[in-house]
Amino acid sequence: MGTEAFLSPVTLDEVKHLVSNRAIEGETVLLNMGPQHPSTHGVLRLLLELDGEQVVNCIPDVGFLHTGVEKNMEAKTYEKAEVMSDRLDYLNNVGNNLAYCLAVEKLCELDVPPRAQAIRVILVELQRIASHLVWLGTHALDLAAMSVFLYCFREREMILDVMELVSGQRMMTTFIRPGGLWRDVPVEFEDAVRQILKTFPARIDEYHALLTKNPLFIDRTRNIGILKPEVALNYGITGPILRASGIAHDLRKAQPYSGYEQYEFDIPTQKEGDTYARYLVRMEEMRQSLRIVQQALDKLPLGPVRSNNRKYVPPPRSELAVSMEALIHHFKLWTEGFSPPKGSVYAAVESPRGELGVYLESDGSPKPYRVHWRTPSFTNMQILPLLAKGHLVADLVALIGTVDIVLGDVDR
Amino acid sequence: MNEHISKIVKAFQERFGASIYAFRGETSLIIPAEKIVAAAQALRDEFDFELLTEETAVDYWPQLTPRFHVVYRMRSLKHNAIIGMRVPLDGNAPTMSSIVSVYANANWFERELWDMFGIRFEGHPDLRRIVMPHDWEGHPLRKDYPLGHEEVQFSFNFDEINARKPYAKE
Repeated sequence: MGTEAFLSPVTLDEVKHLVSNRAIEGETVLLNMGPQHPSTHGVLRLLLELDGEQVVNCIPDVGFLHTGVEKNMEAKTYEKAEVMSDRLDYLNNVGNNLAYCLAVEKLCELDVPPRAQAIRVILVELQRIASHLVWLGTHALDLAAMSVFLYCFREREMILDVMELVSGQRMMTTFIRPGGLWRDVPVEFEDAVRQILKTFPARIDEYHALLTKNPLFIDRTRNIGILKPEVALNYGITGPILRASGIAHDLRKAQPYSGYEQYEFDIPTQKEGDTYARYLVRMEEMRQSLRIVQQALDKLPLGPVRSNNRKYVPPPRSELAVSMEALIHHFKLWTEGFSPPKGSVYAAVESPRGELGVYLESDGSPKPYRVHWRTPSFTNMQILPLLAKGHLVADLVALIGTVDIVLGDVDR
Repeated sequence: MNEHISKIVKAFQERFGASIYAFRGETSLIIPAEKIVAAAQALRDEFDFELLTEETAVDYWPQLTPRFHVVYRMRSLKHNAIIGMRVPLDGNAPTMSSIVSVYANANWFERELWDMFGIRFEGHPDLRRIVMPHDWEGHPLRKDYPLGHEEVQFSFNFDEINARKPYAKE
C-alpha cells in the first residue's frame, strides 16, 4: 500500500514540512491514531511519525466535530444563539453560557442581581467539579485504572442531577440567560447541593487513595510531558496546565466576574510541570471549588434572579396576563429580539480547561455581527506535539488525557 | 484605562501611528498591517504581554476598504491587563505578516483565519486549512458565503435529490 493512499485525505506532500527527512526516506513509520480511537477523547486524529515505539513527530488533525457554531450564531438573535453555546464544550455547558452572557451583558450594560450571580457561581463551580471528574475518570482509564472511572461517573451523576433539578436538562441547560437566570432555583436545590458538599470531600480522598501514591500511576505520569513555564506562556496556555508549570494565574482572582471577589479560595500550583503535577493541580481545584460552593450557598441572598431592564430581559410570565407593556415586551423580545448598541466586547471566564473567552461584535441589529469563541482546548491542544516528542506511544495516551481537551471545544 | 495601558497607547501612537478604539472599558489599538510584527514584538518584550489570548477577524463585506479587521488580544499576567489590536485589511484576497515568530500559538489561530476568512499570512510555517476538509472551496465565515440549508426531498423527487446530496454512498 502506497503511503499516499494510506494518509488520505492528508497527503504526505502536504505535511512534508512537518515530518523529518527519515519519514520521506521510509526509515520511520507514519501511523494514524484516530479519529475513531477510544483514548483520543472524541474525534481527534493524530498523524504519528514513529521510530519503533518512540514518537518522532505528532501532527494533530482536528475539525471532525466542526459544526459552524460561529456562523450559525450570526444568523440567530442574541437569545436564540445562546443555545448553541452549550454544545461547544460539552463538559462545561454552564460555563459556556456564563461566558456568552457576560459578553452580552457587557455589550448591553445589563446589571445582574446578586442572587443570580451567586447561583451562577454555584452552578459553574459544580460544573467544574463534574468536568474534572470526567477528566480524572478517563485519564485513569487510559492508564488502565478502570475502577476510578466508575467512581467518578457515579459522583458526576449527583452534579448532573442538580443541573436537571434547576433546568430540566442534565447537560444542555441554557439556564444562565443574559441579564440573570431562566428562573429561580427550586426549594430542593439547597438540600441537593448540601448533600454534594457533605459527600464529596470523602470521595476526593478516595480518589487520592486510589491514585496519588499508586506506584503504577506515578510511573506513568511523573516526568512525562514536562512543560516549562516560559514555553507555556509562549504557547498561550491557560488553566490548570499553566498552574502546574508554576504560574498562579486564574481569571477568577485576576479579573473577578460574577462576584468571585467575595469568596475565599486558593489557586493550587505545582512546580514540576509534568503529568503528575497537572493531576495534583486538578485534584486540588475540586476541593477549592467545593469551598466556593459552600461559601456561596451559605450567604445566598434573596431577591430577583433577572435584571429588571425590560428592553433586554423578558418580563416574568405572571405579568403577561395583567400588563399590556409586559405583553408587548415579551412579544418583541421573542420575535425580533433586542438590539444592543454598536461596538465590540470581549468577556472571559476561567473554564475547567483555561481561559474561555467570547468576542462579540454588534452592528446594532438584533443578531450578533460576529461571535468568536476563544476556547481553551483549541489553544492548549497546540502543545501536544511538543509534549509528545520523544515519548512512547503509550505515554501519548496519558498526554492527551492530561491536556484535557474536549473536541467540541477545539472544533467549534 | 489603567496607567500601563495609557503608556502603551502613547508609545504606539508615536511609533506605529496607531489610533485608538475604546468601548466598555476595553482598549484596542488600530495598527497598519505592515507594522504588526514590530508591534507584537514591542508588546511582548517591552510591555510584558506574555499571552496571546486570541486572534480572530471580522468581515465587513460589502465594504472593501477595509474589508477585514484582524483582531488580536494580548494579556499581561505581570500587570494584570488586557489589550486589543485591530489591523484593517483591504480587498478580497488580503495578505499580511504572520506573528508566529513572536507568539507561538498564533499558528493555529492564523490557520483558522486562512480557513475561515481566506486571509493569507506570510511567513507562516504551516498554512493549511484546519477545521474544514482540506479540499473545501471558499471561506465559510465570510459574509458573502451562504449559511447553507438542507434541500427538501419529496416522494416524487427523492432519488433525484438524494443523488446529489454530499454524503458517502456505498
